[in-house]
Amino acid sequence: MARPWRSSPGASAPALTEEPPGDIRSRRRADKARRLRAGLPGLLLVAPALFFYALFVLRPLAATVQYSLYDWNGITTAEWAGLDNYVRLVTDPDLIGPIVNAFQLILYFSVIPVIFGVIAAAIIRKFGESKLALASRTVLFLPQVIPLVAAGIMWTWLLASNGLVNQGLALIGLDGVTRAWLGDFDTALPAVGIIGAWVNVGLCMLLMLAGMTKIDPALYEAARLDGAGAIREFFAVTLPAVKQELGVAIIITVISALRSFDIIYISTQGGPGNATLVPGLEIYRLAFFEREIGQASAMAVALTALVLIVVLPLNRITRSESTS
Amino acid sequence: MSQTSQNRASAPRSRVVASVAFGMAGALALAACSPPGGDAEPEADQTTAAPDSSVTEGPAGEVSCGTEEVTLEAYVETGFPLFGELAAEFEAQHDNVTFNIREDQFAVITQNAPRILADSETDIMRLPQMSELASQGLLLDLDSYAESFGWDQWPSSQLEQMRVDSEGRRGSGPLYAMGVNFSMTGVFYNKELAEQIGMTEPPATLAEFDEYLQAAADAGLTPINQFNGGATGGLAFPLQGLMASYGPPSEINSWIYLQDGATIDTDTNLEAAQHLNGWIESGYFADDINAIDYSQMMSRFIGGESVFIFNGDWESGNLDAQMPGNVGFFLMPPLEEGGQLGAMSAPLTYGVSANAANPDCAATFLNWVATDETARTIAVEVGGSHPMGPADAFMPEVDPNSVTAQTLEAGAIVGENNGAMDFIANATGAIYAESWTPNLQRMVAGEQTPEGLLESVQSDYLEQIGG
Repeated sequence: MARPWRSSPGASAPALTEEPPGDIRSRRRADKARRLRAGLPGLLLVAPALFFYALFVLRPLAATVQYSLYDWNGITTAEWAGLDNYVRLVTDPDLIGPIVNAFQLILYFSVIPVIFGVIAAAIIRKFGESKLALASRTVLFLPQVIPLVAAGIMWTWLLASNGLVNQGLALIGLDGVTRAWLGDFDTALPAVGIIGAWVNVGLCMLLMLAGMTKIDPALYEAARLDGAGAIREFFAVTLPAVKQELGVAIIITVISALRSFDIIYISTQGGPGNATLVPGLEIYRLAFFEREIGQASAMAVALTALVLIVVLPLNRITRSESTS
Repeated sequence: MSQTSQNRASAPRSRVVASVAFGMAGALALAACSPPGGDAEPEADQTTAAPDSSVTEGPAGEVSCGTEEVTLEAYVETGFPLFGELAAEFEAQHDNVTFNIREDQFAVITQNAPRILADSETDIMRLPQMSELASQGLLLDLDSYAESFGWDQWPSSQLEQMRVDSEGRRGSGPLYAMGVNFSMTGVFYNKELAEQIGMTEPPATLAEFDEYLQAAADAGLTPINQFNGGATGGLAFPLQGLMASYGPPSEINSWIYLQDGATIDTDTNLEAAQHLNGWIESGYFADDINAIDYSQMMSRFIGGESVFIFNGDWESGNLDAQMPGNVGFFLMPPLEEGGQLGAMSAPLTYGVSANAANPDCAATFLNWVATDETARTIAVEVGGSHPMGPADAFMPEVDPNSVTAQTLEAGAIVGENNGAMDFIANATGAIYAESWTPNLQRMVAGEQTPEGLLESVQSDYLEQIGG
């Protein structure tokens, strides 16, 4: 523990390895000193950011872990609770439900936007620099620019019982399926998911477009010469080339599904009957309405761990694929 | 050479390890490892000592805002002009007093209440559910003021809801808040639409009300619009009204006040829940109530889209302005004519922080609101609800055709019947969002039975007050 501690950022690696003998040793020492000299300005440059990172990210993180071990209402002196909060987390069905909902949301927040984003990007790329490409790019990316709260409010109007969605359905004779989408137990979660999909499509598309611009046009020409059609071309050239961007898109959207809060807070508040309750909202409720800071913190720690458990393997897969 | 390259390769990783270790160690050092909280807690004796020293001396009337410049820090709910108008009038009558008013939405106040009370010198604050705040020592004990101002001579039911004992049970114990008026709930109806279904005056019994609801449905009207979407289970309004028609309101109050052994899962409450479920199954509610919020309900009612809504007299002034002469009000009817009935009736509570800089002046203001004639007029005309104070106190003239007049009259009936109840959503801080709302929404969707509703609310209640 002492060694990595002493080799704080900038001083770095050499301290960790075994001391080499003789002249190599002195050369290494000089090397080290030089690197330290070179690293010092770097360290100084990083220091302000590091300070704020520690203050506003690491400290709250550590405090959350600490709170999660206490039974605390946020004001009076907390009582030590050990792992009780975590035990309740896995035994209380009220606390498991939100996690299940969050995993269902991955379908809408991640799978759908990524697939749609790839297809949209591939089509837009074909149009090149035409006005149509510019227009469709702007339209698809616009949801990313709008604040999530505004998006949530807009969609609650669209999805209301007399909203535009139902009006459209009635217009084409589908009166039978009209309903208050966000107030119906069967449709509330998918409806919220659609809002998320709508928001995330733009980001996915933009990432894919960025990846596709790197593709050497010669590859497409070669594929054409080999007799590949548009679909074959997509799977043989385009998709492999944007694997890395695909990985980034999946990771970002999966995280946004697991930690979703804004859209649901605005559109359904977790209702009807907890059908759309997600961990983020449950943490908020526990902390600010039930005033169970300990339980809320335990859930926050669990959510953080959950996100890491889901995302780290994804990260590894996409990395190894892109290097192979 | 190979060794150096190896070093280089391992360098990024170890650097990451080092910086994480550095950061975590720093973070842990910053988050000291003693139990969180505690230091912000006001000392126990401070809460009682503060008023005693200044108040118990001398006869009533000595507590005042004095003659020196005083700035009262107030934290109130936004969107309701009542407090601002009262404050302006108080400033006009007291040259040395200035209000510094901060406004937030009620939900924000609910979340911030403990921190605001613990960390700032707020003199007057709009309070959410207050039993925890009081039992944690964050609120000033107002009993000595009550004595010197004579509040204890008022009808005791007015102050009962604001008394909290040492274990956080309401209904008895020291007074920790004061109302600027007390509001009341019942049924509002659109007079024009009511005439269409043959209802010329309010139903005298629940059975009669059922007939009118059926008549409205038969006429192709939406009988009731009620907010029940999101985190706001508005069906709790009619449910509680029905509970008071079927059973004694006092039992509901003791449940809300967390009295030992109180349960919501009683036979009469079950009948009430079944009655409500009957309305749901008969299609008396708009079919999208699980998706509509309070403001949608109001705009639909004002737009003439439903015959009835269950709501409170805080809307009386608004409805008189928006639908003049076209709104009527009645209390949830009793089972038999002239029988027992009740209504949710709660003071609009304001408390004084245990850390308040000017508790005397804050208490003087609260007393002035209940006793000054101009203040009482503002409370009625702007707030639409009945002012606090002695039963025979001054009341301003109100247009007899207005719905405000009807709600004030209904308030008197509730008083005679001893039917005033706090809201079942106020039993604990979380019972509304975590239990009533989801279960009522399930009942609307046919996924919860009346029996299940009461059972699961009761079990959540026990869990919340036990924890």
